[in-house]
Amino acid sequence: MAANPLPEVVPMSEAADAGDGDEPGVESGATSGAGAVGDAPTELNLGSGGPSVSEEYPLQVDSLRKSFGGITAVDDASFQVERGSLTGLIGPNGAGKSTTFNLITGMLQPDSGTVTFDGEDITGEKAHAIANRGLVRTFQIARELQEMTVLENMMLAPKYQRGEALWRSVTPGFRGDVIEQESELLDRVWNVLEFFEIDHIAEEYAGNLSGGQRKLLEMARALLTDPDMLLLDEPFAGVNPSLERRLLDHIHELREQGYTFLLVEHDMDLIMENCERVIVLHQGRVLTEGTPAEIQANEEVIEAYLGGNV
Amino acid sequence: MSVRDDVSARLPGGDAGLIVAVLLVIYAAYVLIGVGLGYSLRGQLNTIAVLTFYIGVFAMLALALNLHWGYTGLFNIGIVGFMAVGIYVMALVSKPLYESGGAAQVGGLGLPLVVGIIAGMVAAALLGLVIALPALRLRADYLAIVTIAMSEIVRFSFLSGELQQFQLLGERVGFGGGSGLILDFTDPLEAFFGFFGLWDAYLGFVDSFEVLVPNNPKPVVDGLVYGVVLLFFVAAFYWLLKRTGESPFGRVLKAIREDEDVANSLGKNTNRFKIKAFMLGCALMGLAGILWLMTSGAVTPNFFRPRITFFVWIALIIGGAGSNTGSVLGGAVFAALLYQGPRYLKNLVDTVLPNADAPSGFGPAIAPLISNFDPAPLFFYTIDSIRQLQLVFMGLVLIWLMHNRPEGMLGYRKETAAGIPLTAARARGTAETDGGESASGGGSDE
Repeated sequence: MAANPLPEVVPMSEAADAGDGDEPGVESGATSGAGAVGDAPTELNLGSGGPSVSEEYPLQVDSLRKSFGGITAVDDASFQVERGSLTGLIGPNGAGKSTTFNLITGMLQPDSGTVTFDGEDITGEKAHAIANRGLVRTFQIARELQEMTVLENMMLAPKYQRGEALWRSVTPGFRGDVIEQESELLDRVWNVLEFFEIDHIAEEYAGNLSGGQRKLLEMARALLTDPDMLLLDEPFAGVNPSLERRLLDHIHELREQGYTFLLVEHDMDLIMENCERVIVLHQGRVLTEGTPAEIQANEEVIEAYLGGNV
Repeated sequence: MSVRDDVSARLPGGDAGLIVAVLLVIYAAYVLIGVGLGYSLRGQLNTIAVLTFYIGVFAMLALALNLHWGYTGLFNIGIVGFMAVGIYVMALVSKPLYESGGAAQVGGLGLPLVVGIIAGMVAAALLGLVIALPALRLRADYLAIVTIAMSEIVRFSFLSGELQQFQLLGERVGFGGGSGLILDFTDPLEAFFGFFGLWDAYLGFVDSFEVLVPNNPKPVVDGLVYGVVLLFFVAAFYWLLKRTGESPFGRVLKAIREDEDVANSLGKNTNRFKIKAFMLGCALMGLAGILWLMTSGAVTPNFFRPRITFFVWIALIIGGAGSNTGSVLGGAVFAALLYQGPRYLKNLVDTVLPNADAPSGFGPAIAPLISNFDPAPLFFYTIDSIRQLQLVFMGLVLIWLMHNRPEGMLGYRKETAAGIPLTAARARGTAETDGGESASGGGSDE
């Protein structure tokens, strides 16, 4: 747990440069892509001024344990994620990565152990409560809301919408407030759609999107909740290389704006090139953690991946 | 989607125009058949009144169910239970106080009808809450089991002797048990017009109908006017549910239907949304039950068998779950073709061939067809048993729909869940940023 992760790694600035060169030719989106590095904060307007966490390590997981019947999926896992970092969570199949995600985000309840977010114990809280604290996840298999359009998907996400109170949405005289906020949100939604360059499919049903577009939609939707930290579960699975590049560019841009990322990924090269820190899970335990260079040199990790006895 | 684009885009008034057009076609068909067969004017008006009544109640119930199933994905097959609670509680509150020697075995609290209606709706909503709290945590199918069980529990409770008569606030009240409950409160129409001080005016209006319908026009006019009142309630349901659907609240409901985990992971407390939507739908079902039965004079628990629940489901499936316009149309088409249609057909045949004797059983009906190819006895037997066959016919329609048109008569519809049209705002935004570039204007019109 070295307290000094390298904040800037070479590939990132490279990524940011690559971003404006080969835009796949979107008319209105081109402006947002090109200016992404310089004036990024004004580009992505989530209405809150970006992420705000006070703790140095916003996410702390301590002795987390979960078993299903006889199988212990997560066995005494402890780690922490530094603010504003892009941290990778890797491990062979069945290492407990997705279960760990589910335990952190309240989709599953741990048998023991604690999860702390921004200094507060969130163990056992409901999934929606954790999301409202600013800890938002995406899913391994993109779970877009199929029979809703991209715009509806996006409009769903912002927190604490006035019109989510039924009485306010239907009562004459109060609905004006709701409509007003809807217009504000719609502007914000278009802003984010343009940031992710998926504004041309805004009126498409989410179920008709390609796999990669779904991944983009899911990340865009998660961002609209105005999170402080994002947990991305294999965001690059099934995504073609050029789209993967774009997604990574977006992640790096957002990380520079102060968002914290925890990323589950199988692609070792991708993790090693992009993450500042890597946590290796194996059989439900944290095998080791460190910088990519340290991980690559670690005998135990190599053995775990090659199936040796650990 | 394509059907809807074709039909309702061409009609003036869009969806509302489509509903009015379908209603007019249904009425025209009924009137034409009646005229062709020489119905009296009184008969025609009565037919229309009854038809309007059933169109109204089924449209209301389908709309309420659409909130549960079409929007939120809640599989409620206990509709009739909420209707029963609505009318029974309304009767309890609004029936006059018990007087010994009266026709009614039990009395009520003697409060105004409006109070009773609200109490009935609240009771239905609370029953919904009681069911929702444990059942919504379970998977969808379990809600179905719980709701249908509930509707039978409600029916048996009203049948039970314990609830036949009891003391409430010092008054002798009750639900009447299996022999039924006399609804001896003020005639709802009288109460309605009396509230505005228009009862005498209404009676004058009724008298003016003597020109058209000699001999006591009141029942006919009452029926027609009550039908119109029901259609106003349908419009109110439609308005309320459209606003509910086209709002952030409706958007969350839609998201719950699609994938509840996603809605949760975006910070929506899905259980609360589900409970609210469920309670609202239950209250509306209670109101529909009240409106269905409050003019019927008496009510018995065995009216509330699950078949009515399935009628409403068929109506919703005909119209297409997820669409409010479709729900109203489904209710209307179901009432006109499947519910009233066969009965009307039987009446017609009886009028045309008054002397035809139907065979007494299936054997005598089928024997002439086999021996000397005479289909007439089977035909008359079929017509005579049409009330039973009606259910078979409904089942066949349901099976056909599920195979061939599960999305309903309107097809897939894009009813956007937002308080504002999402597309129009885009057109505005593009025009602002691109300075009215012609290409962007063209694109945003899509």
